[in-house]
Amino acid sequence: MKILKTSLIFAGACFAHIALYAQAPGTDWINYQGNVEGFRFSPLTQVTKANAGRLQPLWSYQIDHTDKFEASPIVRGGIMYISEPPSDVTALETRSGKVLWKYRRVYPDNIPTCCGRVNRGVAILGDRIYIGTLDAHLVALDASSGNVVWDVEVADFHKGYTSTAAPMIVKDKVIIGSAGGEFGVRGYLAAYDAKTGKQAWRFWTVPNAGEPGSETWTGQSLKTGSATTWVTGSYDPALNTLYWGTGNPGPDWKGTSRLGDNLYSDSLIALDADTGKLKWHFQFTPHDVLDLDATQTPILVDANWKGKPRKLLLFANRNCFYYVLDRTTGEYLLGKEYVRQTWAEPNLSDKGKATWRPNTQPTEQGTVVYPNSPGATNYQAPAYSPNTKLHYVMTRDEGGVFYSGDDTYKAGSWFLAGRFVSKPGEEATGGVKAMDPMTGTPKWTFETGPSWSGVLATGGGLVFTAMADGDMIALDDSTGKLLWRYPMGGKVNADPISYIGADGKQQIAIASGHAIFAFGLRDTPPIN
Amino acid sequence: MRLPATFRRLILLTIACASVTFAQQGERLYKFHCAFCHGKGDDGMAANLVSPKLPHAPSDAALINIIKNGIPGSDMPASLGMTDAEIRQVATYVRALGRSAPQKVPGDATKGQAAFDKSCRSCHMAKGNGGVMGPDLSDIGLRRSPTNLKNSIVEPDANIVAGWSGVTVKTKDGKSVRGIKLNEDMLTIHVRTADGKIQSIAKSQTASIERAGAKSTMPSFKQLPAADLDNVIAYLFTLRGE
Repeated sequence: MKILKTSLIFAGACFAHIALYAQAPGTDWINYQGNVEGFRFSPLTQVTKANAGRLQPLWSYQIDHTDKFEASPIVRGGIMYISEPPSDVTALETRSGKVLWKYRRVYPDNIPTCCGRVNRGVAILGDRIYIGTLDAHLVALDASSGNVVWDVEVADFHKGYTSTAAPMIVKDKVIIGSAGGEFGVRGYLAAYDAKTGKQAWRFWTVPNAGEPGSETWTGQSLKTGSATTWVTGSYDPALNTLYWGTGNPGPDWKGTSRLGDNLYSDSLIALDADTGKLKWHFQFTPHDVLDLDATQTPILVDANWKGKPRKLLLFANRNCFYYVLDRTTGEYLLGKEYVRQTWAEPNLSDKGKATWRPNTQPTEQGTVVYPNSPGATNYQAPAYSPNTKLHYVMTRDEGGVFYSGDDTYKAGSWFLAGRFVSKPGEEATGGVKAMDPMTGTPKWTFETGPSWSGVLATGGGLVFTAMADGDMIALDDSTGKLLWRYPMGGKVNADPISYIGADGKQQIAIASGHAIFAFGLRDTPPIN
Repeated sequence: MRLPATFRRLILLTIACASVTFAQQGERLYKFHCAFCHGKGDDGMAANLVSPKLPHAPSDAALINIIKNGIPGSDMPASLGMTDAEIRQVATYVRALGRSAPQKVPGDATKGQAAFDKSCRSCHMAKGNGGVMGPDLSDIGLRRSPTNLKNSIVEPDANIVAGWSGVTVKTKDGKSVRGIKLNEDMLTIHVRTADGKIQSIAKSQTASIERAGAKSTMPSFKQLPAADLDNVIAYLFTLRGE
C-alpha cells in the first residue's frame, strides 16, 4: 500500500496519465454512495482525527447554472464527473479543478418540475458516463470527450416525469429511477442495457388493476398513484437484489380518493436485479397524506442480530422512525422513533406497521403535525462506518401545518390536493445523529441546524458534513466532537465524497452554493 | 357582429403589410448582425440556419434567448445593440430561413458513410461511434450546410472550431504527447490523445510545447475525387442527431 501511495504521489507531482479505469479499492468514488451497499464510506486514511484541523481548500469549480446544486460527484482515475443542474455533465481534473469537457443539453421549454431543476449525479461503467435528464431521458456519454453515445427517452416529461437521481450500475445494466411524484405520474424503476440503451425491464411501483397490491387503492386512483424512486438505492451482489425506496402516493395531502394502504408507495422494494421482479416489499407509511417519501438510502450491512448473523437493511426514514429489516426476507426487526413525531402511535405493530393517530389528517383549516413536510431526513445521503458500526444521519426537527384542497388531476400539472407551511412560531432545528442500529438510538448528536447536506464517513475516523449555513465540518466519528470547520459561503444541498485526487492525495469534495469545493492537506502553501 | 367586407379587407391588408415590414426589418438586421458568420443562412462558416430544426433552439423562446445571450462556450456571441423587439424580428427572419428549401446534395449517402467509416470515423464520432480527436458529428447535418461541410473537408485550416486546438508536448524525460489541448495554465497542460486518454502534464516537466495554432489537426482531403466528396457530404447531411 505504501508503494502504491508513493507512486501515486510521484505521478501526481510530475506526469500523470489519468487512467480511465479503476485503481486500488477506495482510491476512486465510482458509485453515488461510494459502494453499492450504500455506505458513503471512504476507507482512505490520509486525513485523520489528528490532522483534520489542517485541511484546506485545494480548488473550487463554479458551475454554469444558478439552479439548486444537489450533485454527488463520481471520481475515477483522478477525473471527477459532476452533474450540473438541470442535468448537464462536466469532467474536472482533480489536481486543479480544471474543466476537461462539458456536456450541455438543450432542454424543451416548460418541463414541469416539483422542487427545482435539479440532478443528483452520474454513473460510470467502462468508458461511459450515464445521466438521467430533466426531460426524463437516459443518456450515455463518452467518458473521454462527453460525446453522446446514445440517448433514450425513459418517460414522457409532458406528464410530469423527470429523472433527477444518479443512475446505478449493476453488472451490464443501468438502473434509473423516476421523479414527478407531485404530478400524479405512475412511478417506476427501470433497467437499461449499458451498451445499447435498450430497456431490459421496468418495475411499476403502482400495480395495474388486478395485480397484487391493486386492492390497496380505490377507484381509478392507482393510475395517478406516484410512488416515484427519486433517490438512488442500494444493491446486494450476493443476493443479486436491488433495494430501493419509493415516494409518496398521489395526491400528496388528501387521501379520500385513494383509500387503502396505497402500495407500493412509501415502501422499500426488493427487486431481482436481472429481471426487475419483486422479491418482497415493506411499507413504512401506509396511506400517506403528509408527503413522507421513503426514498432515503438503504444501507446493507451484515451483523449479529441478537446473537445470530443476519443480512440487515438499515433505514432512517423521513417519517421519523428508524428501521432495521432482514434484507433476505424483508422481515421487520426494529422500528423506533428517532426524531419527534405526532402522526403515528409511537409503538409499531409486531410486523412494523404504523398506526395513524387521530386528528392528524390535513384539513381545510389546517392540522398541526410533526414532522413538517421535509421530514426527519430527506434526500441527504446517510453514511455508515464499518469501523464504528454507526449509521450517520442528517436529521431535522420541525412541525408543520397541513391543509387539504382540490384533488382534480390534469396530466403535467401539480397534483397535490393541499399545501403545508412550517408551524408558526417555531424554528426548525437539526443535526447529525450517529445511530446505533442495534438499538435504534443515537450514540451522539451534533447540532448543525436544519441542514440539507449529506454525510460522509472515512477510514480516518471522521464524519464530514455541512452546517445549515454552509460551513463544511469534520467530526470525530466516535464522539461527534468538532475537529475542523471551513465556511464555504453557500448553502449545501448535496453530499460529500472522498477519493485520491490526480495529485495522489486524499481529497474531500462537496457542492456548496453553485460550486464544488475540494479539500485536502497541503505540503506547501498555495502558489500566489 | 359581422364587419363590412371592405373593412375586413382593410384589416387583412394592414396585417399583411405589418408582417412584411416585420420580416424585412428582420432581414435587414440579420444582414448587419448575423450574416458575417452565417452568410445567407446556409453558406456561412457558422451554423446552418436553412433548417426547420435548430439544435440549440427547439422553440422560439430558445431562439430569442440565443440571439440575445449567445451560446456559452461557442463562437456564437451575445447580441450587441439590438432591442428586444429587433431580436424578435431577427428570430422571425431566421425561422423564415428555416422554411426555405435546403441546398440539394448530389452525392450518395450510403457510399458516403462507407467512406466516412474508412477515413473519418477514427477521429470523429457520429451516432455514438468513433474517435475523439475531432468534434462529434452526430448532428452536423443540422448545424452545417453542405457548402460549409465541403469547405471544412477541403480546407480544414479555414475554420477551426473553438476548443479543438492541436498540441504536441515533449517532456524532459523524452516522451512526446500529441493530441487536443483541453486546458492549460501556468502549472499544467491537459491533453486528450487519439486513444481517448487524458494526460495531465506538469509544466515543470515539459521540454517544449508545439502548438498547431491556425493549422487544424485535420488533414485536407482536397485530393478526394469530387464524387467521393459529394458522397461524404451527403452522408454528413443525413446526421441530424436522431
